[in-house]
Amino acid sequence: MATTIDMRGPPKSGFSIGKIWTDKKSRGVIVQVIAMAIFCAVVFYLANNVVENFQKLGKPFGFDFLEQESNYDINQTLISYNSQSSHGRAAVVGILNTLLVAFCGIILATILGFILGVLRLSPNWLVNKLAYCYIEFVRNVPVLVHILLVHGIMVHSLPHPKQAINVADSFFLSNRGFYMPQPVFQPLFWLVVAAFVFGLIYAFWYRRAARIKQAATGEQSPVFWVMLASIIGLPILAFLLTGLPIEWQDPVQGKFNLKGGMAIKPEFMALWLALSLYTAAFIAEIVRSGIMAVDKGQSEAALALGLPRKRTMNLVVIPQALRVIIPPLTSQYLNITKNSSLAIAIGYMDIVATIGGISLNQTGREMECMIIVLGLYLFFSITISMIMNWYNNRIALVER
Amino acid sequence: MNTLSKFAVSAAAAALLVANTSTAGTLDDTRAAGELKCGISTGVPGFAFTSDAGDWQGFDPAVCQAVAAAIFGDTSKVKYTTTTGKTRFTALASGEVDMLARNTTWTFSRDTDLKLDFVGVNYYDGQGFMAPADLGVGSAKELDGASVCIQTGTTTELNLADFFRVNGISYEAVPIETNDEARTNYEAGRCDVYTTDASGLAATRSSFDDPSAHVLMPEIISKEPLGPLVRHGDSEWADIVRWTLNALITAEELGVTSENVDKMATGTDNPEINRLLGSEGDLGAMIGLDKAWAWRAIKAVGNYGEIFDKYIGKDTPIGLERGLNAQWTDGGLLYSPPFR
Repeated sequence: MATTIDMRGPPKSGFSIGKIWTDKKSRGVIVQVIAMAIFCAVVFYLANNVVENFQKLGKPFGFDFLEQESNYDINQTLISYNSQSSHGRAAVVGILNTLLVAFCGIILATILGFILGVLRLSPNWLVNKLAYCYIEFVRNVPVLVHILLVHGIMVHSLPHPKQAINVADSFFLSNRGFYMPQPVFQPLFWLVVAAFVFGLIYAFWYRRAARIKQAATGEQSPVFWVMLASIIGLPILAFLLTGLPIEWQDPVQGKFNLKGGMAIKPEFMALWLALSLYTAAFIAEIVRSGIMAVDKGQSEAALALGLPRKRTMNLVVIPQALRVIIPPLTSQYLNITKNSSLAIAIGYMDIVATIGGISLNQTGREMECMIIVLGLYLFFSITISMIMNWYNNRIALVER
Repeated sequence: MNTLSKFAVSAAAAALLVANTSTAGTLDDTRAAGELKCGISTGVPGFAFTSDAGDWQGFDPAVCQAVAAAIFGDTSKVKYTTTTGKTRFTALASGEVDMLARNTTWTFSRDTDLKLDFVGVNYYDGQGFMAPADLGVGSAKELDGASVCIQTGTTTELNLADFFRVNGISYEAVPIETNDEARTNYEAGRCDVYTTDASGLAATRSSFDDPSAHVLMPEIISKEPLGPLVRHGDSEWADIVRWTLNALITAEELGVTSENVDKMATGTDNPEINRLLGSEGDLGAMIGLDKAWAWRAIKAVGNYGEIFDKYIGKDTPIGLERGLNAQWTDGGLLYSPPFR
């Protein structure tokens, strides 16, 4: 009898109030219920406060104002817009400007960051220390200071449009922006676009076929060169065959400013460069940590197996480093997107400056405009997070 | 995520409006706080600037000081909050300040839709343009293709868009936040032209190293009646600010100055002066103050003309003429309702 063990656990006795608290499971539930109740109460209090204050001020709440004429102009727009357009359209202009600077910033910061991160690991003492000094200087100064600094340098030290730095009468750099020729597409240009799309599809189909072939036979195909030829070579060929169907419209000197052509305004350039340079310093450290996180034994083993250095890097080190790099890189991408709201300091017309700034001020709809701006940033950030998480899952270690 | 965003919205909303939870009248709140919360601009020469000692001075802060003198008898009992064109209305609506005395144009939508109350006009202005003399532009209509510095969140921004659209000419708007920022951008050549109220242009020009190198265009493209304003919904408070301003204007009309106000307060043969300064009747009680409220305001900051001459008049670097801002008896627009 002594060997019999009661598998049902301790004997259950009668119910008592004290048990609910001493029991680990029910106590956990109680604590969570209380925490949730407090949270709800705080939310309710804040929401109620807002409603009450709105009533007290006699302010209406609604988004009708988005359809009213905005009556103000925006200097840099990606879609057609004028002072007769609605506040809603001004918001869209702002959204596109935010996305533009965030997108360009993410690309430039990534490229610079990876280069700096690799330089930081260089055995060359001078290169290593220069990268180190750059990173430490840049990331220890607030980004707003960088933005104001770059903008100040551009506006104050670049020449007036009349004395713009002129390259081949086509490119002009002045304190009113960087002007370049504007492409005017001729009818036949669609063939070039078609060639590019076709080339893209073919390239990926070829890569897939090459992989299947390698898996089956071990035979390798010149994937890189074929992809390069079809994605870049084919459109260029089409471009030449259709007789160069693009005309370039050069900017020319006007009475006050350069006219025609495409212009990148100093506000955009300053914001883009400052955000990229700043974030690149953080990305460099992330890249460095990622590469250093891969055990030396990994590359030694790969070399011992006879893999050349380049393939060791591509097939062994980078895939493992990426697993460390991607999650913190995601948060840097989010930082760029959110920091772009500092555009307001130099007059770049992003969402905060259009719907969250001028529209808010001219219509007096603080709450509505702030809700829109808040919702948009949340949406952008979550979208970026989702994309990066998807990528992170794709490169994650597949355990078998 | 939904809960999170809702929470964030509520938090932002609370931050915006949490300050405005008091229920007592603004006068009682101000008395309890012992200081007048007054919103001013971030600085326009003559209109609002800091003295060497660091105190706010100028044509606009003088209105705050007059109201503080009327309530407390002490011009130093003002808590100034600097506001930009964009932050001013939110600051007032949220209760961060109880009155604004900064170059703010009285317009229909601000008075109604924005739930604010303008209590009067202390400067009749209009929007103008300033450009470097060597640009060789004689009229604003020749500005096709120019870059124009403009303060965001102002009526001038809207007038500018209208002006260029109506005249069928194009421009590049260079948005900036404050007058100082505009000055910097204008001097660096980021914009060809700076546009704001003509008084502001004159004031800014006076601060340049060589004011004569800059010209003001002949066009005045808008009406800009600038005046102090308060929140909608507290008429008693609006009355105090309105009649303090009117007291300053009436004082000039009746010849009451900070110099002679003490003598006149003992009684004159002009019943309106007597009512204004409290030696006859008790007008102060009707707005919740004492008999000597106007006497204190005039004594402390001077009458309208004295304030004008001291900060922005002909003998100052700003050098503005009275023009529209002369008394109605001198052909101007200043016309205070009677003290009766």
